[in-house]
Amino acid sequence: MTQINIAIQQFLGAIGHLAFDFLAQIGRIALFGMSALRHMVTGPFYPREFFTSLVQIGWFSLPVVGLTAVFTGGALALQIYAGGARFSAEAVVPSIVAIGMVRELGPVLGGLMVAARVASSIAAELGTMKVTEQIDALQTLSTHPMKYLAVPRILAATLSMPILVAVGDAIGIMGGYLVGTHRLGFNAATYLKNTVDFLESWDVGSGLIKGAVFGFIVALLGCYHGMNSGRGAQGVGRATKSAVVGASVLILASNYLLTEVFFTS
Amino acid sequence: MITLNSVHKSFKDKHVLRGITLEIPRSGSLVVIGGSGTGKSVLLKCILGLVTPDRGQILLDGKDVSVGDREAFLDRFGMLFQGGALFDSLNIWENVGFRLRRGPKALNKSDARDKAIEKLRRVGLGPEVANLYPAELSGGMQKRVGLARAIATAPEIIFFDEPTTGLDPIMAGVINDLIREIVTEMGATAVTITHDMTSVRAIADQVAMIHDGTIKWHGTVSQMNETTDPYVDQFIHGRATGPIAALR
Repeated sequence: MTQINIAIQQFLGAIGHLAFDFLAQIGRIALFGMSALRHMVTGPFYPREFFTSLVQIGWFSLPVVGLTAVFTGGALALQIYAGGARFSAEAVVPSIVAIGMVRELGPVLGGLMVAARVASSIAAELGTMKVTEQIDALQTLSTHPMKYLAVPRILAATLSMPILVAVGDAIGIMGGYLVGTHRLGFNAATYLKNTVDFLESWDVGSGLIKGAVFGFIVALLGCYHGMNSGRGAQGVGRATKSAVVGASVLILASNYLLTEVFFTS
Repeated sequence: MITLNSVHKSFKDKHVLRGITLEIPRSGSLVVIGGSGTGKSVLLKCILGLVTPDRGQILLDGKDVSVGDREAFLDRFGMLFQGGALFDSLNIWENVGFRLRRGPKALNKSDARDKAIEKLRRVGLGPEVANLYPAELSGGMQKRVGLARAIATAPEIIFFDEPTTGLDPIMAGVINDLIREIVTEMGATAVTITHDMTSVRAIADQVAMIHDGTIKWHGTVSQMNETTDPYVDQFIHGRATGPIAALR
């Protein structure tokens, strides 16, 4: 009986330990994020690093976001057509594709693709810099790593992600349009009219805000895990994995919260 | 000039520094020797504020290094890291001129490049390497670039972390000679950590031996050669038997 009690206590202790670790990690990320925000408004600023990050994060993510969007838009059109056919509502395809893309799929799938591409790359780069003492070297050269490494990346991701989402939305809707007109027999002009008529500016705006939040999350997690990477190749690998997993989960969780705030009030 | 009073530092349950007390005089060259994992690098990082000591005090010219203007404090230091720690994303002259382009006395791009090339020349590298990237250089060349970066702003105090590790004996000799020459001509205070006895004899005025997180011995190079201290004797002669446990 005593042994069972001890085993239960150990089991509960292990769960408690995990829970505390998890909460501590959230706290550390929140503090890191607040520190990054504080450094964003106090100089010195590094425009070269910012523009380099803008190109790396924004421009080079366009192909992957565009490809994701075009196939998602096409698949969405097929699914809605097939589902709508059950209650003779095939005509809703253009409007549902448009709303689905700009409100949810554009920002979320774009965010997840950027998380995979950018959070991993930031974490691996900064993790390697940590392991090879480049971050220590920065400090000895009187340069704050947060200002020089984290702020330009976080700012670039936060600003470029809404643009990526907007481009992804347009390409996704185009994917739906192509499938709708060439595969499902919609009239091109009617499809476009239905798309435009049903879309409201808030549908687009909310998606863009989500994009900015997801961009912030992606770069924040990449920088946090990279700058706190463990030693050696294994440490960098673990930091990269944590950045991608953490960013993906946070994107999905914050998407739910933002949807609650934007569309249920 | 730099005074360490009973400095302690632990990482979780590993006690790395257990009360380091040491005086580093101005314009001298102190070499800290000791086995791997004895806390030599941590000691330098504590002085620079890259690692915060758990206990103890570090003074620079009598002032606590943990208070005051950090940027002004770091401006007095240069450091050559063990692996060079050159920034992969910047080319060689940008690495050397990194600090020259920043701060209140920042130079314009052209002047910073000229000065970086002058420093590269001082460490035996020609202007043709200026536009290369660190990955395009050999280990020895990377150390020289690291050295050029460390001396770019003519700091008062220069730290060298294992400057000859990973180099062939000839290149190690070249780096040792460069360090000695540069420190002498700049009148800088140099602190070098190494376990390479050739470096010790080439660079040091004073030697301190760290073991078990404390300074076990401190003296001049000639005193080191004559000492009967069993720790120093075992270390400098590279004996497997003695008071320092060697894992086999």
